[in-house]
Amino acid sequence: MNVTFRQKQWTFDSPLTVSQLLKKLRLLPETVLVVRNGQLVTEDQHLQPGDDVRIVAVVSGG
Amino acid sequence: MRCRKCGAPAVINLRHHKLALCAEDFQTWFVDQTQRSIRKYEMFTHDDRILVAVSGGKDSLALWDVLLRLGYQADGLYIDLGIDGGLRYSEQSKAKALAFAGQHDQVRLMVVDIPGRYGESVPDVARRRRQQQRPCAICGLIKRHEMNRIALAEGYQVLATGHNLDDEVAVLFGNVLHWQVGYLQRQGPVLPADGEGLAQKVKPFCRFYERETAAYTLIRGLDYIYEECPFSLGATSLKHKETLTQLEHEAPGTKLHFYLSFLKAKRQGLLCPSEASAEMLHPCQVCGQPTIAPALCAFCRLWQS
Ligand code: SF4
Ligand SMILES: [Zn+2]
Ligand SMILES: [Zn+2]
Repeated sequence: MNVTFRQKQWTFDSPLTVSQLLKKLRLLPETVLVVRNGQLVTEDQHLQPGDDVRIVAVVSGG
Repeated sequence: MRCRKCGAPAVINLRHHKLALCAEDFQTWFVDQTQRSIRKYEMFTHDDRILVAVSGGKDSLALWDVLLRLGYQADGLYIDLGIDGGLRYSEQSKAKALAFAGQHDQVRLMVVDIPGRYGESVPDVARRRRQQQRPCAICGLIKRHEMNRIALAEGYQVLATGHNLDDEVAVLFGNVLHWQVGYLQRQGPVLPADGEGLAQKVKPFCRFYERETAAYTLIRGLDYIYEECPFSLGATSLKHKETLTQLEHEAPGTKLHFYLSFLKAKRQGLLCPSEASAEMLHPCQVCGQPTIAPALCAFCRLWQS
């Protein structure tokens, strides 16, 4: 699966849950939303090799 | 994970509320909760004319969207600060605000062009005033003044901003760390008008986590500016947000509890405003807005060389 976050890209070959993905990338679930193939998903969801995953940061500054 | 309302697959899990929801029920929940906050804190009614400060970011566009869905008379105000920062920040964020307004009949978006009206962009004024590091203090002063000016000139009773719980809690945390009693007295979901004839300021999203407003904009397909203002990088409030998020991660609901307990303590009489403050205000000789300075307000002094 292809994963994008803040102009960075990763590819993962084995299936993993959203929660595992966030741990791998050292992201706290409170700071992001995960969109799989255009749909918002919860942390228990399983991501499959063909999925297109976009991580959206939710923290705004200023 | 299943939606607690209808059993369909959930798209978001709100750990602090122990509530998982599908897209449809999340939207309904979000709009209902906004209405509850508006009533609970007596922010405004359907008779009031509301001016929404729209920055082009997720929170303010979501707020405008929800207020319109709830049937309020809500117009927008965009303040063009003239910030570029290598990403044409002001230009891009203005485009988002205009695009949203363009999709709605009968709403008005007013645009104030700071460089056009006053001859200098916000970063330019800051540079001239030697606030090299970060123009945020001057930026905040200019935004407050212009919001008051437009609300008064155009007859709006209420000014609404998109501040969310994370924003409020970061400010509260900073104010407590330094025991800024004056700021703590004024912090809350409703800020009474600074002076006669001015609009009162309200924050209808003050009980929403940032993640919730972001989810709402995503689900609604609202197009907002994803980039942050370049000057927000490294801001103290962002560092406070990081610390607080760590605490939230370990104990969901920490931020909400911190904020709501603060509001409760205030209602119970903690931090009562001192009597002196209101009497010291008088109108600025140039713009007429209330100030404690002897002649000109801080905003008008900015433009004196
Ligand atoms: S980060 Fe600072 S300069 Fe940028 S919009 Fe916010 S207050 Fe203004
Ligand atoms: Zn549902
Ligand atoms: Zn003035």
